Amino acid sequence: MERMLQGVSLAVLALALAGGTAVADTSDKRIALSNNYAGNSWRQAMLRSWDKVTSQAVADGVVAAADAFTTAENQVTEQAAMIQNLVLQGYDAIVLNAASPDALNGAVREACDAGITVVSFDGIVTEPCAWRIAVDFHQMGKDEVLYLAEKMPDGGKLLEIRGLAGVFVDDEISNGIHEGVAENPQFEIVSSVHGDWDQAVAQRAVAGILPSLPEIDAIVTQGGDGYGAAQAFDAAGRDIPLIIMGNRHDELTWWKEQKDASGYETMSVSIAPGVATLAFWVAQQILDGAEVPQDLVVPFLRIDQDNLEENLANTEPGGVANVEYTLEDAQAVIAAGGQ
Amino acid sequence: MTRVLLAPRTLRAILPAVSLALLLAAIFWLQPRTMSYTGLNLMLNLAIPIALATIAQMFVLCVNELDLSIGAYVGYVACVTATWLVDNPPLGIAALLAGILVYAGLGALIHLRNLPSIVVTLGMSFVWLGVAVLILPRPGGTSPEWIRWLMKLHTPVVPFPIIAATVIAVVVHVALMRTAYGSILRGAGGNPRAIDRAGWSLLKIKVVMFALAGLFGMLAGMALIGLTTSGDANIAARYTLLSIAGAILGGCEFVGGRVSPAGAVIGAITLTLAGSFLSFLRISPDWQIGATGAILILVLALRALINRAEERR
Repeated sequence: MERMLQGVSLAVLALALAGGTAVADTSDKRIALSNNYAGNSWRQAMLRSWDKVTSQAVADGVVAAADAFTTAENQVTEQAAMIQNLVLQGYDAIVLNAASPDALNGAVREACDAGITVVSFDGIVTEPCAWRIAVDFHQMGKDEVLYLAEKMPDGGKLLEIRGLAGVFVDDEISNGIHEGVAENPQFEIVSSVHGDWDQAVAQRAVAGILPSLPEIDAIVTQGGDGYGAAQAFDAAGRDIPLIIMGNRHDELTWWKEQKDASGYETMSVSIAPGVATLAFWVAQQILDGAEVPQDLVVPFLRIDQDNLEENLANTEPGGVANVEYTLEDAQAVIAAGGQ
Repeated sequence: MTRVLLAPRTLRAILPAVSLALLLAAIFWLQPRTMSYTGLNLMLNLAIPIALATIAQMFVLCVNELDLSIGAYVGYVACVTATWLVDNPPLGIAALLAGILVYAGLGALIHLRNLPSIVVTLGMSFVWLGVAVLILPRPGGTSPEWIRWLMKLHTPVVPFPIIAATVIAVVVHVALMRTAYGSILRGAGGNPRAIDRAGWSLLKIKVVMFALAGLFGMLAGMALIGLTTSGDANIAARYTLLSIAGAILGGCEFVGGRVSPAGAVIGAITLTLAGSFLSFLRISPDWQIGATGAILILVLALRALINRAEERR
């Protein structure tokens, strides 16, 4: 009888502990960033954002350390070894931008078995024990058409600029755009070209097809290609349609010029490199004992007519618009993911 | 006694082991957490596929050739293991055996047409990579259960990677260094003309050595999949250089049939640990490749000194 009572009181105690979320202190916890590549402006901006936000968090005593590690060669085996070394160095959580969605699963599993929280973002891993902060590229494509549907209720003819052929991201965004068009039949995609997410390629591709095109009402893009499309229309002496932008500095600059000159209206959408800092706060929340769903979705960074100037001022020449996330942003994403 | 100990031959033999011991001591001092069953397991398990690939490279080095396709070949094996060996084992086994046969054929081709192995294997590396991409166009697949079980094995007292490395070193050492046919195989690298005159077929020897390289490359790919649990055509791209560096670090020479199986395994482990050591030192990964090179040069310089001492006698 006594033993049974003991058991009951233990259970009550356990319940009480589990009930109060976010009670644990994370000031002695150490978080590491394992990054597979640093060779483009997006990744450079990501590492700068990480450094800025986490060094403040360390200074404020939120966590004890938040160190960034990047592999030199973007190799799966190299990153697997890095994760194992991070486990041995005693980090409490690893925030991971992975070189491969599957091939790091062995190393991630070992980290989980050692009691370490693994949060993957951007380049996510499929191992079930890890958390994933994924990008919903499909929705991003669909959002472009939804914006147009609001802007042009009568519909119109669209030109689609796609990314690099054969890459998963290109398929996803394009599928989203086509789904949006299917739901809004007043729009029609009259042509598609591949701009490879590159201004120069996009300009060539659009210029090549332009003479055969009817009057275009809007251009749906994937980012990195909007400025090139505008240049192609300009060079051909045709009216520039509404071009959806992708948060690049040159695209935003051109939009600003057009807006000031003629009241040109559009919107711009992409993923902010600062998503690394979102992953940091999610990891901190998990260490804090918060209930976090395994699969979360990154919010897009969308720029509209009224916040263009503000975002342009924060974007470095040659770079992409960025935003650093806060603890509150992470909590909002976690709450949205729980529904 | 001291004379034997200080003889250049002995020094050269123990140099790889001494470098490994020093490195291990430095790691234990830097990060005491590694001095445990789990620590050694985590640090060393990725060394097993590298050690197997290094042994494969050693077989090729032994007959004065160089294999620049071993990394791509391990990637091919990894893709076959992660897909066909799981879904359709007979097809998977056939594909793996075909890999070994191709290796044997390469040995014959290189010998008969007197082609430079560097060119032939460099060309083959693109073939392996292409086939691997065809089999597994995007990263994925799963590890066969039994390989996963073997690589995750929690052996009592001594961690599995250490046992596996010892077994590999001992088996290859006995077969290549302690048997009569083994010395003939090595002799084909040291003095091919003498072996030929003695009536042994050099063609057969090259075919055997390349087939052995194919066999150990296959084991490397399977072990790697057991650890990563899924495949990627580029999974072992670094293995080509790692295997050459590991073999040289372990006391093998590019020409002359002078090889050391135990040394090759130790060399592969040393290279893997060098990566951990540098990351515990918090050296930026951009510098790590250079630092690994510096460790390599240091050990090779020591060996050159020993060799010079030997010549002086």
